[in-house]
Amino acid sequence: MHLTLPRHRQLLALVLLFGLLMALTGCVRSASGQSAGIILAGSTSVEPFAELLAEEYARLNPGAPVINVQGGGSTAGIEAAISHTADIGMSSRNLKQAESDAGLAAQPIAYDAIAIVVHPLNPVDSLSSEQVRGIFSGHLRNWRDVGGEDRPIVVVTREEGSGTRGAFEEMLMQKERISPLALRQDSNGAVRVIVSSDRAAIGYMSLGIVSDVAKPVALDGVRPTVEAAIAGKYPLVRPFLFVLNGQPRPAAARFIDYVLSPEAQSILAREGLMPVRDE
Amino acid sequence: MLKERLIQYALLALAFSAVASLAVITVFIFREGVPILVSEGLWSFLTGRSWAPTRGEFGILPMILGSLWVTFGALLLGVPLGLAVAVFVTDYSPRLLSDILRPAVQLLAGIPSVIYGFIGLKVLVPAIRVSLGSPGLSVLAGALVLGIMILPNVIAISEDAIRAVPRSYRDGALALGATKWQTLWRVVIPAARSGIVASIVLGMGRAIGETMAVIMVVGNSLRLPLSPLDPATTLTSNIGLEMGYASGAHRQALFATGIVLFVFIIVLNSAATAFRRRMARA
Repeated sequence: MHLTLPRHRQLLALVLLFGLLMALTGCVRSASGQSAGIILAGSTSVEPFAELLAEEYARLNPGAPVINVQGGGSTAGIEAAISHTADIGMSSRNLKQAESDAGLAAQPIAYDAIAIVVHPLNPVDSLSSEQVRGIFSGHLRNWRDVGGEDRPIVVVTREEGSGTRGAFEEMLMQKERISPLALRQDSNGAVRVIVSSDRAAIGYMSLGIVSDVAKPVALDGVRPTVEAAIAGKYPLVRPFLFVLNGQPRPAAARFIDYVLSPEAQSILAREGLMPVRDE
Repeated sequence: MLKERLIQYALLALAFSAVASLAVITVFIFREGVPILVSEGLWSFLTGRSWAPTRGEFGILPMILGSLWVTFGALLLGVPLGLAVAVFVTDYSPRLLSDILRPAVQLLAGIPSVIYGFIGLKVLVPAIRVSLGSPGLSVLAGALVLGIMILPNVIAISEDAIRAVPRSYRDGALALGATKWQTLWRVVIPAARSGIVASIVLGMGRAIGETMAVIMVVGNSLRLPLSPLDPATTLTSNIGLEMGYASGAHRQALFATGIVLFVFIIVLNSAATAFRRRMARA
């Protein structure tokens, strides 16, 4: 018993130290929450672009407060803005009535096209809105029905509440609902993994994220490109929003000004988004 | 002596903080989830076939079935395999081999679930797609991944149970002329039954609770899964999938799903504890 006591003590010291550390980090965090760092939280579609701009902003303004970008999803971002846990909420869907009523303001920072994608080896190049609606609602179940190979269609959709899904349903599905047979994935990336590995799959995702592992199809004869979207020919376009609750803190306001500046907007354009143009 | 006291109270406080977190979690889940169970009705929540939260349809039957199917499949694979390993390690393998096998199995428990999911997605799913048909993301894929994930639970506890069978049982059976296999199958395993059942129940708990690996391989579609090749959604994967974007009644419904899961797990854990206690008495 006596021999083992030092070990016990070590263990105890470790436990207490750990407790102390937890308490301390708690203090530090609550202290820093007021002054330092700007927090952005929300849509995983907006997140990579916000991160990019935050890095660039930090490079241009070495002394400026740190911009901290977190994911969580559009709804979580909007909630974070409501509760002031984030300075800026990021959303890839429009605000709901209740959310606007809560006193939130939405500032579009860019527009994003949603592409409908299939496997690169799928011979289908073009679909009509009608056909896409039929496929996603489960009425058309074989690629043969839309001029492709004889293969059952594997529909991939996003989870309910996703900004991308919300925009897709609002703009394309009209009153039809997405079939319960559809596979659900929780990110643009996960949709791309399935579509790029299954010849029978079809999905939709942010145009900026489509790479050569998936093939975007033309919708009603219009290829999804940034040019077509800017010209207003490609219909599936949604806003990326910064959601604000009241006046932002000066440091946050400066970041927003930067995001809307021509330099930042041209970075977004280079990344495959459509800049917002104030005219 | 004062120091002893101080240490005692410090440890007491730390111990209580662990229990307190359980209490906080329980209260929180129920506070968030109960309102929607009341407004929708528990029965229609549990037996509804349609889940479309943004349209106000909250039926989790497809997910309950998905969870049960995947878990049942995992047991079908994991239990015979795990039991075989346990018996092999206790009674057949040379000491050296056991000393390699046992840590290897424990290592299996330490692999993060996202790794299991990733391997499932990259290896298992394409294999199923090619050999059995599209889309490959299916109950079968989930069951195979979980079957492997529950092995450490099943093996470790069954092994303990088999080792706990008194030496005299084996000696008696062998003295009566039974072969080694007869002794194991007719005497040792029945005597270790409670512990083995406990291991199965704990494996079940692990399988039902697993989220990440399952999200990645089951496809998460909302139909009622009828065949092993159908994609499915489980209770956990649906929460994991939708939590980030859910708000209002949708969020409450996910917490209510959490309550259902909570009840599932409590029942399973109490069953496991009961069986283990029986094992201790035997």
